[in-house]
Amino acid sequence: MTLADETPVIALTGIAKTYGEGETEVRALQDVNLAILSGEFVAIMGPSGSGKSTALNMIGCLDTPTSGSYRFLGTEVGSLGRDQRALLRRNYLGFVFQGYNLLARTSALDNVELPLIYQGMARTERRALALRALARVGLTGREHHHPSQLSGGQQQRVAIARAIVTRPDVLLADEPTGNLDTARGQEIMELLTELNRDEGITILMVTHEPDMAAYAKRLVQFIDGRVASDTTNPAEIANVS
Amino acid sequence: MFLETLHLALQAILRNALRSFLTILGVVIGVAAVIAMVTVGQGSTDQVEADVSKLGTNLLMIRPGQGQGGPGGASSTAASLTLKDVDAIQDQVSSVNVATPMNSRMMTAILGNTNYSTNVTGTDNRYLEATDWAITEGRDFYDSELRSGTAACILGETVRKELFGSSSPLGDVIRIKQISCRVIGVLEAKGASSFGNDQDDRILIPIRTFHRRVAGNQDVSMIYAAIREGISTDKAKVDIELLMRERRRIGPGEDDDFNVFDMKQITSMLTGISSVLTGLLSAVAAVSLLVGGIGIMNIMLVSVTERTREIGIRLAIGATERQVLMQFLVEAIVLSLLGGLIGILLGLALAVVGSNMLAIPFAPDPVIILLAFGFSAVVGVIFGYFPARRAARMNPIVALRHQ
Repeated sequence: MTLADETPVIALTGIAKTYGEGETEVRALQDVNLAILSGEFVAIMGPSGSGKSTALNMIGCLDTPTSGSYRFLGTEVGSLGRDQRALLRRNYLGFVFQGYNLLARTSALDNVELPLIYQGMARTERRALALRALARVGLTGREHHHPSQLSGGQQQRVAIARAIVTRPDVLLADEPTGNLDTARGQEIMELLTELNRDEGITILMVTHEPDMAAYAKRLVQFIDGRVASDTTNPAEIANVS
Repeated sequence: MFLETLHLALQAILRNALRSFLTILGVVIGVAAVIAMVTVGQGSTDQVEADVSKLGTNLLMIRPGQGQGGPGGASSTAASLTLKDVDAIQDQVSSVNVATPMNSRMMTAILGNTNYSTNVTGTDNRYLEATDWAITEGRDFYDSELRSGTAACILGETVRKELFGSSSPLGDVIRIKQISCRVIGVLEAKGASSFGNDQDDRILIPIRTFHRRVAGNQDVSMIYAAIREGISTDKAKVDIELLMRERRRIGPGEDDDFNVFDMKQITSMLTGISSVLTGLLSAVAAVSLLVGGIGIMNIMLVSVTERTREIGIRLAIGATERQVLMQFLVEAIVLSLLGGLIGILLGLALAVVGSNMLAIPFAPDPVIILLAFGFSAVVGVIFGYFPARRAARMNPIVALRHQ
């Protein structure tokens, strides 16, 4: 590994996030330290309420920390405004959600083109990239189907195509297999693994399914808003419960 | 980027075609109402003006009696006008081109078995000149007929039709009360006046014939005075008033016991009424346009709430606040412009039908059409901004979690 590679894509230092004030104060995250390097495939696990989703939202620049430092690609995210964070998401991040979150009554192609529209890309170029992304996730021939005409697994593939069409550095997946059966879930995980391996996209995935976490190369477990364990040991990852 | 925003907005509108249509219905109705009102109103104003100019805008009417009293008025207490007054106005008022006496009465004209009750007017040939009325068949009165009070008559088109049908009346004798009257001419058809009465429903006879055989006195109930070309109505009016005051021996400081109307006064009164009505109706229509705008805001707010998740997605994949704001704003503007466009077409269609039914000219006013179009755009901006801002300021995390 070169030195440049050692600079983390994502660096959380002493991160805390609290919601509400006084009696109703909720400490979602406390003293979280996490560094993720380019090309990693990280699974984040933990019981509900452990802060894993809050952490993912923060890493996704959708939220800002109450205290501590979050540097994304060297930029201090906490000091950025809404629009600057939107630009980070647009250019460097891709999102995949449990509920797919595709625009209804909108073709797969139009859904995948959406981030490129916000980038201001010209129509023909946009179309070409979207078609390539759909082909990459194995949906050639279904470009003009609406989400309601696609199965859950296919919808999640459209969502993945939408997330990678901008060639992001980091792909964030929040329970990407949560709504799918095991076979379909495994297909999605294989797709993510390929994207990580072949395209070098850094992947962070929140999941509560050990089977799915097993695809990752690193496992971070959250408990009560803190990082409880962090391992790259394949044996530990495979045996997580 | 604007084209992309427009593209996104159109996509969203088409995705909810039925709701989009219902959303703009308020604006459609508002704009259609304004356009129809104003167009029909303008048409009726044009109609009144055309009617009055047909009658002659350069015409003054002199009647005995005080004040601006309408027909009847206070005329009974004031001395009647005379033929000498007519001659004096004709000869001594240089601003007057033609002055003609009139006295009329409703009478029954009889031909064979046919009775027809009509307005019999005693006058002279200058009446035709003053009212710019042509004779289509036959001739006007000979001077000898006028001087001697011969029983000769000129029929209005309606009377001719009622008594003679399709045959020519020239030379035939009709009976008006006990007078046997020879038909010497037929007047050109003029149609209904702006007051709604049929101008062709009349018979002209020499004023002297009227005096001797009908009225039994020498009264002239009204004088028409046509003003010379290029002279203002006001000047002619003052000239006539001065002469008449002198002739009727009205001392300084005393009120006139006659009055002089000009057609312009009547025109402006009628067009005034019609434009006040148009204004009022347009105001009501404008209120409905406002309500239409509020309707758009209402639906846009519902739409923003309903599309919370969509907004969350857009924000998550990198839409800026401004882009979301613009999308919803453009959506509202496109919706209301669409409403405006449909409203204009519908309004014009209604105006065409209305104009036909009221038998008035179809007078679309491009200014009002542009105004309505512009106004609907403004409605879109104003009532779209608040919901759009609400959408743009959403927290993406909360929006994504929205079910």
